[in-house]
Amino acid sequence: MLNLGLSMLFLSRFQFAMTTVFHFFFVPFSIGMGVVVAIMETCYVSTGNDMYKNMTKFWGKMFLYSFAVGVVTGIIQEFQFGMNWSEYSRFMGDVFGAPLAIEALAAFFLESTFIGLWMFTWDRFNKGIHCLFIWLTAFGSSLSALWILAANSFMQNPVGYVIDSGTHRIRLTSFMAVIKNQQLWNEFPHVIFGALLTAGFVVAGCSAWRLLKKDHEAFYRQSLKIGLIVGLIAGLGSIWSGDTQTRFLINNQPMKFAAMEGLSKDSTQAGDWAAFSYTDPSNHNTQTFINIPHVLNILSYHKMSGTLKGSHTINQELQAKYDNKQNTTKNYYVPANTLFYSFRIMAVSCMLFILVAIVGLIFNRKQSEQIMRQRWFLYILGLCLWLPFIANTCGWFITEFGRYPWVVYGLMTIADAVSPTSTVGSLLFTNIVYFLIFASLGAVMIILSHRVLKAGPDSVEANAYSTDAGNDKDEKDPYEMGAAKND
Amino acid sequence: MTSLQFIWFLLIGVLFSGFFFLEGFDFGVGMLIRSFAKNEAERNTIIQTIGPHWDGNEVWLITAGGAMFASFPMWYASLFSGYYIVLFLILVALIFRGVAFEFRANMQTETWKKFWEWAATIGSFCAAFLFGMMFVSMIQGVPLDKQGNIYGTFTTYVNWFSIVGGVAVSILCLLHGLNFIRLKVSGDLRARAQQWTKVLYPVLVAGEVVFAILLYFTTDFFKYHFATTLSILAVLVVLTLLAWYLAFKESDWGSFICSGLSLISVVVLIFNGLFPRVMIGKGNVNSILIQNASNSPYTLHLMTILTFCILPIVLIYFIWSYWVFYKRLSSPKQEA
Ligand code: HDD
Ligand code: HEM
Ligand code: HEM
Repeated sequence: MLNLGLSMLFLSRFQFAMTTVFHFFFVPFSIGMGVVVAIMETCYVSTGNDMYKNMTKFWGKMFLYSFAVGVVTGIIQEFQFGMNWSEYSRFMGDVFGAPLAIEALAAFFLESTFIGLWMFTWDRFNKGIHCLFIWLTAFGSSLSALWILAANSFMQNPVGYVIDSGTHRIRLTSFMAVIKNQQLWNEFPHVIFGALLTAGFVVAGCSAWRLLKKDHEAFYRQSLKIGLIVGLIAGLGSIWSGDTQTRFLINNQPMKFAAMEGLSKDSTQAGDWAAFSYTDPSNHNTQTFINIPHVLNILSYHKMSGTLKGSHTINQELQAKYDNKQNTTKNYYVPANTLFYSFRIMAVSCMLFILVAIVGLIFNRKQSEQIMRQRWFLYILGLCLWLPFIANTCGWFITEFGRYPWVVYGLMTIADAVSPTSTVGSLLFTNIVYFLIFASLGAVMIILSHRVLKAGPDSVEANAYSTDAGNDKDEKDPYEMGAAKND
Repeated sequence: MTSLQFIWFLLIGVLFSGFFFLEGFDFGVGMLIRSFAKNEAERNTIIQTIGPHWDGNEVWLITAGGAMFASFPMWYASLFSGYYIVLFLILVALIFRGVAFEFRANMQTETWKKFWEWAATIGSFCAAFLFGMMFVSMIQGVPLDKQGNIYGTFTTYVNWFSIVGGVAVSILCLLHGLNFIRLKVSGDLRARAQQWTKVLYPVLVAGEVVFAILLYFTTDFFKYHFATTLSILAVLVVLTLLAWYLAFKESDWGSFICSGLSLISVVVLIFNGLFPRVMIGKGNVNSILIQNASNSPYTLHLMTILTFCILPIVLIYFIWSYWVFYKRLSSPKQEA
């Protein structure tokens, strides 16, 4: 057997991380884009202005690409619990399967059916009904996020269960408790705001690149405006919901919090907040640089006083709590540097988004030509296009690495969750293939979006998806094409 | 076994039936993209027949997987981890065919168009073949340990019977796809589909006979469920012959329904043979029973209520969406 010093556990974790991160590149974009496109079509329905119709179709095209990739990578997610984490599936089946099945039943059918209708029926229904289709699609996507996050929240903060004394597996006792999980109602808004932010800034960023070329000014300026408004609202929402999450963690997953803030020793009343830090992986001691007083307390308690526990203290507490149950001595430290910097990147980019959105909206006022003159600003906007993807990934790094060594917090460790039948060889093979596929899909996505953007809004009428494409040309209803040739 | 466990066993069967009935034809149509359609316009046409539907059809698979997890986690865990590589290949095939439909239309060079067309063709074939292979290898009995882990070797997955099963399922899907094209398109393409159908059905019948013989020798289906297995096999063959006959009669609907029902009867055959097990151990040792594989009564109860509330609504709009696209067919030009 291959031996490259790679363990089955490492490869399984790597595979899970790679596939979900890739899935989650596209998913927030699709969730947010569904809403943004729906807003555009609603503008079209209410104003009757054809520019909005073009806008809907143009941005809708990007939405469709990401949707397709989201769908095909989503199937991997659904299967891999059984494939790579069979012990986990057995242990968690009673709780975990239900949200997954409901997600498919209630959300995926809804979005996949209505997106099909939306794509192909521009000429078949009146405007209002057609617009309803995209709203239903967007609603379905958000609903799917709700259910999958319900499953994830249980892993972060198990509620409404008992451990069956016979089988030693989890048994669900209250579905309502799983749904009402506080963790879920912290995560869900944050994920949705993150998704809207992503879509808003992609629209704004793409528009900015075109405005630099002085292309279709009216069209892109209006798109920019919509993107930035959505981005601004979502940015404020992200801060609000992120703050709720942070403060929930202090009590619920203190180790995660300590790592995010670089606290290895308990904090003092001064509330020093570190801008940079380095944690030595061998002894888990953290060195901090550039400490700003009071900020830590303001962030965590919304007041000037208070102290927080450091990771060494928490480790001892967790050892006292869990070690006798597991009959081992373990450390409960998490990858502190990853968490620390992921958190900084996420939070700083959020501030940046809000700032950029406000400035952008001011520059882009109706009467003002400023947006066209401030080219440096358009460049910044163009670069901001990539940031939300990074921020989303960082957020998940915090959430998922921060629950180490647990896969289900306090109940099952990651090492116990993996499929015993996996082999290093097969995992290595699948990891490489997945990686190659994802890399190429990502590249095609970028190329295609680029091409759509370059072709510009005028090209959308020739879109192969809309059946009313070029009514005046000799293109026919697709079902009649065969017939037409035969005549 | 409680009645709820039984209901869920049935429901999983229903979901897989729905999946094979629906995705069956779009696998079939997918396989035909390069071989059957002669030029770009024809390819566009046949792809558009499934364009609005393939995603929704695939959700049946996702739902079946999710429902299996939600009702029989031991089954889900054992099957999915045991068939790791097979499922991985299925996923790769599904990824390629899925994105191919979106990407193809927007490729600018011939070469890349062709690339995605082949991706859709090969992906559709491989997915159908591998599904067939997986289920057929599963019913022969796999080496299970007491925890329900499968420690299979190459021949557990790839053997004569599973290959025949894979081929049979692919041909079934192919024919189902041809029948769907006959239903959806008129003119040249329809006439060609008609010819292909007439030629391919005898191959399928032969395949089914081989399948039945191998089933007798390599599974315990006849031992435990003699009468039902035999009758389902008979139904399968009759449906196939009927579909063939109806193809001559130019009854598009008739053939389509028959080929769909053939796919469903394969699922029924498998689930009937499995009962009361969900996984068959080699020599029926360590088989996993419905009784032991399921979730707690509370979860099953909950899922039952939710499913019976949500599924009808889903079915209403799902069927409605087919009807929306069906209406376009009945435009006057069609019957020409
Ligand atoms: C564009 C995306 C984005 C932006 C700008 C932010 N976040 Fe975030 N964050 C996410 C996207 C995200 C996410 C990817 O959506 C996560 C992963 C899990 C989750 O619930 O949301 C997340 C997780 C996450 C967590 C971990 C939750 C847990 O483990 O339970 C915390 C504490 C924060 N965020 C806090 C913040 C704060 C204080 C922000 C701003 C000041 C912020 N986030 C901006
Ligand atoms: C979609 C966004 C998500 C991303 C980017 C993400 C990221 C990650 C990462 C980076 C890991 C590796 C962590 C580690 O090795 O400890 C991981 C592991 C895991 N995550 Fe997530 N995750 C996401 C959502 C979810 C959701 C929604 C669930 C459950 C429904 C989930 C379940 C798991 C499981 C089972 C593992 C494997 C155990 C482990 O290695 O920790 N993840 N995920
Ligand atoms: C690791 C756990 C996850 C699993 C098992 C999973 C499962 C799936 C599946 C099976 C699909 C395909 C659906 C279709 O065919 O229409 C899908 C797509 C989707 N998933 Fe995930 N997913 C996971 C993580 C997430 C997360 C964390 C979110 C949102 C917060 C999410 C949101 C979506 C959405 C919105 C789609 C629709 C496709 C799109 O819009 O791109 N998923 N997912």
